[in-house]
Amino acid sequence: MNKYDVIIVGAGVAGLSAAYVLAKAGVNVVVLERGLNPGSKNVMGGVLYRQMMEELIPEFWKDAPLERPIVEQRFWLMGKDAVTSGGYKDLEWSKPPYNNFTVFRGKFDAWFASKCVEAGALIINETVAVECIVKEGKVVGVRTTRPDGDLYANVVILADGVNSLLARRLGFHKEWRPSQVALAIMEQIKLPALTIEERFNVASGQGVTIELYGDATLGMMGTAFIYTNKEHVSIGCGTLLSQLSQSKITPYDLLDRLKQHPLVEPLIKGGEAVEYYAHLIPEGGYHSVPKLVGNGVMIIGDAAQLVNGIHREGSNLAMTSGRLAAEAYLIAHRVGDFDERMLSPYAVAITESYVIKDLKKYKNATHIMEKNPAYFNTYLPAVNEAAKEFLSVDGRPKRSKQWLILKRFFGHRGWFRSLWEIIKLGRSMK
Amino acid sequence: MHIVVCIKQVPDAAQVKIDPITNTLDRSSAPAILNPYDEHAVEAAIAIKKQFGGKVSVISMGPMMAKDIIKKCISMGADAGYLLSDRSFAGSDTLATSYILTMGIKKIMEADPVDLVLCGKQAVDGDTAQVGPGIARRLNFPVLTYVQKVESIEAGTIIVQRKMDNGYEIVSCPLPCLLTVEKDISELGYASLPEMIRAAKYDVITWGVNIIAADTTKMGLKGSPTSVRKIFAPEERVGGEPLEGDIKTVTGILVSKVMEKLS
Repeated sequence: MNKYDVIIVGAGVAGLSAAYVLAKAGVNVVVLERGLNPGSKNVMGGVLYRQMMEELIPEFWKDAPLERPIVEQRFWLMGKDAVTSGGYKDLEWSKPPYNNFTVFRGKFDAWFASKCVEAGALIINETVAVECIVKEGKVVGVRTTRPDGDLYANVVILADGVNSLLARRLGFHKEWRPSQVALAIMEQIKLPALTIEERFNVASGQGVTIELYGDATLGMMGTAFIYTNKEHVSIGCGTLLSQLSQSKITPYDLLDRLKQHPLVEPLIKGGEAVEYYAHLIPEGGYHSVPKLVGNGVMIIGDAAQLVNGIHREGSNLAMTSGRLAAEAYLIAHRVGDFDERMLSPYAVAITESYVIKDLKKYKNATHIMEKNPAYFNTYLPAVNEAAKEFLSVDGRPKRSKQWLILKRFFGHRGWFRSLWEIIKLGRSMK
Repeated sequence: MHIVVCIKQVPDAAQVKIDPITNTLDRSSAPAILNPYDEHAVEAAIAIKKQFGGKVSVISMGPMMAKDIIKKCISMGADAGYLLSDRSFAGSDTLATSYILTMGIKKIMEADPVDLVLCGKQAVDGDTAQVGPGIARRLNFPVLTYVQKVESIEAGTIIVQRKMDNGYEIVSCPLPCLLTVEKDISELGYASLPEMIRAAKYDVITWGVNIIAADTTKMGLKGSPTSVRKIFAPEERVGGEPLEGDIKTVTGILVSKVMEKLS
């Protein structure tokens, strides 16, 4: 019989993090990946956080395929042809130990997988797991679509991504509602490295991220983003699926509009779009996190909705959850018992870590913003109006301008209502 | 029956992009896969093994990354996989590649004589179709190209169908020999999970230039006289007709046709 200690379903960063920790500890672990190889199904062209990766592989940046270390994070509140911007640049971030990097997950995951194999994990590609095998109320393995495709283990770790059919089949969660997922679309624009560095005002090899709000997503709840890679610029936007479908605008039109925005277009001018991606991102936050542990089973990463939409963090939460699940397994392995109670230290550890604490901090924020479109379509534009008012030199005294700004900001929806709405949002993020 | 299949890792032709300036393939733009014709060659070898017994070995020349396609062949049912990998192989053209693969096959033959060598009819990245015949010449094996079906293997003789522009011909040939094959030669299977696991665990046998005792002046850039001046699609050949019947009949028809032209 094909029996392993642990089967991990999905070779993204969550599954690979768990596999790496387990293999290093000498556990007999097998990872099932549906793609041609790890990374081939991945569409995250984004930011990889140094700290959580380093907890697994110290100084990984010396060896891993990375694009650029991020030295500057910019925030743009967009109007039709105006922007109020802010940001932070720190040249400390251009040197070890760095803060974060842009990566192509296709390459990065393949590299990470090779490290897992070196550590002793077995990775089986092009193999789709369809369901968990359950015996006497306990998960004992998974069924794949291959002939003789049943595989058995002490514990199954589900890292099968946002749709997590396996967790759904176990009844851990229902099909996500359109308000619990965002549709992110992205293009890779090829540009010479020098052009990227000139346009984004950074030294050779350094990178920038820009998060764009407001007009960038047509006032829908979501963000757009621009990331610099070595010789590509990633540009994309993510909006809550529920709002996108109400708006009747196609995702591609939304991205096209962003690319043609007069403030964005100069950054990508002359570049050739070489890849186009679309993917669902879990955005349900704290309230959507399913049951994380069952008899013989744990859920990690996107499959467990572990994404912090407000800070656009996900891969770091995935890695931490993978590591914590693996550590919980190691304790159970010593005892030789794999029921829900024995695996529950994973749920406890993750609740006590930044992962659940951060999701909890913002647990109502997404919901509040989703329910009240004024945040994105009234207050955000009002910031631009205020800046314009204050900075236009037109002979009017500054004090009267301040008054006008306040009136603009609060006047749209009435003073008390506006004040309440802003306090409410502030409280939801405290 | 020992069958050796020569395989190559190529960029997925469905996804690869062409550099508009240099007119070369941008290999980084597409995932690396097993050359589709080679995949059918491996599947055909497995089918022959199933019918006649024996052993299937696969061999490839390439970087360490090419272990992936060798493992894929193991999952399809191959028994052994050899990767010829060495810095001095880099930049080899079809002439040098045929030489290196031949030396690899000869090394395999030292331990285990080879009855049949299979190659895909061509690789989808270069489309030259030269390496298969190049190996046959160096091994001193007869070669049959564009094979679409193996009809029988009996008493040291193989009978196959060769695909023609307008039909096919049936040819017999003594073993050992080398075949380059069309996709029609086999239907691709779907590996079982135990086979996938065996492949993932399989340790590919990797040989450098010293192990295959090859002459380094015949490989790499300096052993590769090919220079590509121009790439174009050849014009389709017109005329010609297949002659049907046994050897006596077709010779008769041929002679009368030639006489007709001469008169």
